[in-house]
Amino acid sequence: MNKLHRYFLKRLFYSIFVLIGLSIVIFVIARVVPGDPARMALGPRAPQFAVDALREEMHLNNNLPTQYFYWVKGVATGDLGKSLVTKRNVTEDIKEFLPATLELVALSAVFVIMFSILFGALAARHKDKWIDSLIRVMAYTGVAMPSFVLAVLFLLFFGYIWPVIPVLGRLSAGLYAPPTFTGLYTIDSLLVGDLEVFWDALKHLLLPALALAVGPLFQEARIVRSSMTDNMTKDYLASAVAFGMPDRVVMGKYLLKPSMIPAVSVMGLDIAAMMGNAFLVEVIFNWPGISRFGMEAMLHKDLNAISAVIVVFGLIFVLVNILVDLIVAYLDPRIRLGGGV
Amino acid sequence: MGNHILDIRDLYVWYRTYEGYSKVLDGVDFNVNKGEKVGLVGEAGCGKTTTMRSVLGILPEGQFHIPKGEILYHGENILKMKPQELHKIRSEGMSMIFQEPSAALNPVFTIGSQIFDVIKYSGEGNSAGSRSKNKEKIREKAIQAIREVYIPDPERILECYPNQLSGGMKQRICIAMAIVTERELLIADEPGTSLDVTIQDQVHRLLRDLVDKKGMSLVMITHSLGVAREMTDRIYVMYAGNIVEIADTKELFANPLHPYTLGLLASVPKLTGGGVTEGIYGQIPDYLNPPKGCRFYPRCDRADHSCQQEKPPLRDMGDGHYTACFKV
Ligand SMILES: Nc1ncnc2c1ncn2[C@@H]1O[C@H](COP(=O)(O)OP(=O)(O)OP(=O)(O)O)[C@@H](O)[C@H]1O
Ligand SMILES: [Mg+2]
Repeated sequence: MNKLHRYFLKRLFYSIFVLIGLSIVIFVIARVVPGDPARMALGPRAPQFAVDALREEMHLNNNLPTQYFYWVKGVATGDLGKSLVTKRNVTEDIKEFLPATLELVALSAVFVIMFSILFGALAARHKDKWIDSLIRVMAYTGVAMPSFVLAVLFLLFFGYIWPVIPVLGRLSAGLYAPPTFTGLYTIDSLLVGDLEVFWDALKHLLLPALALAVGPLFQEARIVRSSMTDNMTKDYLASAVAFGMPDRVVMGKYLLKPSMIPAVSVMGLDIAAMMGNAFLVEVIFNWPGISRFGMEAMLHKDLNAISAVIVVFGLIFVLVNILVDLIVAYLDPRIRLGGGV
Repeated sequence: MGNHILDIRDLYVWYRTYEGYSKVLDGVDFNVNKGEKVGLVGEAGCGKTTTMRSVLGILPEGQFHIPKGEILYHGENILKMKPQELHKIRSEGMSMIFQEPSAALNPVFTIGSQIFDVIKYSGEGNSAGSRSKNKEKIREKAIQAIREVYIPDPERILECYPNQLSGGMKQRICIAMAIVTERELLIADEPGTSLDVTIQDQVHRLLRDLVDKKGMSLVMITHSLGVAREMTDRIYVMYAGNIVEIADTKELFANPLHPYTLGLLASVPKLTGGGVTEGIYGQIPDYLNPPKGCRFYPRCDRADHSCQQEKPPLRDMGDGHYTACFKV
């Protein structure tokens, strides 16, 4: 275990450099694209002296390293700077918008994990039979269909034709958001025991989460299927069968666990990537998430907001990666006990 | 004969390949009597593993075809059995030790977990009594089996993963799994091949002693007549999916008949060798288009026209000695 601990400490250490590197890159990019952020913030009719004052306040007249230094100093004290658009401290914005996206991606992740294993295992179990073909066709469709197309289809269908599930926002009109503990409505409402809000929040989550999940879900199902069919030809499986173990043990234990190892890494990356990919889905379902916030920040050249969002995404990516490594190490003793690291 | 445990009759097994059917087993006859140790000997690729995998019904799914033949287990045809019956034979009747111990053990579960499952699903694990008591009993049994294959510190081994053990230890664990519950027939597929020579010897001796002690029957697959001589009572010599000679072990060495057997014997002094190097030239025929007559004739110095035309049947030469050759 010692070896593993050291491995994770090393990973954590590298992650810090990754984040610093990422912040530098995004900081520079955000500042070299044309357009004066101060002018954009104040509008075309603002007097020049106001613009100049704002430029001075934002340290825009200093050279890049100095600007970066001011920014890092702020971040270190929890001050991500002011958003030029919302006119609030970006920290406030992140606090408001991040939980909505986290909640969305979390449910999507549950869908991805559950259904990719289910479909992958079914297809592998019935390899080359009609179930396999059906899942294959579903997978091609699901992977080829961008999440925003699916989102629009859902919106049309459940918004106009069969309105059984709400399609816009996080809560129905007339309901109030639960007190903030985590910012995730479903969890906060459960914490205060408000089942009505919980149920409503869950229903609002359903469609956007599904739209977001379908692509990665089927991609992962293909991976699960192929690693399962690969492992099906292994002697250790023949051995389990030859010892007379029941199908459910052979498939559910001896085949499933080793087959999950390659799938987990890809799943982790895909789930982390959903944070950013959620943008169009958030726009379509009017979901007040950070992905949408980040995209709007880009369009308005809202420097502090852009940097903050990117760093938050980077942080989440790094955390998910470490989590994935932990899960893989749990699944695969060859990594956990040395030899593989 | 009534006392065959296993009786394979005229078995054909073909593999599906992109180029067509690979006609590997070509009318195999093979039987094992109670308490008997039988060798199945032949060079690499002759179909030994294929034969025994068909007995346990573990040929790769969707990749094979059995056009003809019967595999009788106590008179019942395994190929026609319902899943539950086959299941019972696998969990209580026979067990198999695989050729490659590293491949036969699941890399992501502990040795303990894998042995416990063998016991649990053999029907011996679930006797009356509380769950924890049952678990304790299963564990005891597993530890006992690991002791029987002479691995020290069984408690620790139970917690190990396969990649923490040496090849020899892994093969011993595979043996332990095969004998941990009572079974009447043990199929050992070249259990020493992937190990180095001294360890190979130990494993063979261990296997023979355990089989004797427990009164099991044994099918010993090997490519070496030398190994078969030490381990078995009776030997089947296989060439390219055909049984070419059957005889009691002593008789076979005293009076070998088939040209292929003679070739194999020429390579016996090299006990450690990987295959047939002396005595026979050439290689096993292409199973996609096997020779029409005797499958051995392209490599046989006695072959003549008749060998190319017709497949020689197994002929009784007396005293349970059979051979499939026109020229004997
Ligand atoms: N799944 C498969 N598909 C096609 N051909 C196969 C398959 N499995 C085995 N074969 C072929 O069948 C033949 C017999 O293989 P088998 O493993 O039974 O031989 P063997 O006598 O056990 O050899 P070895 O000593 O190398 O283990 C070989 O030519 C092999 O290439
Ligand atoms: Mg073999």
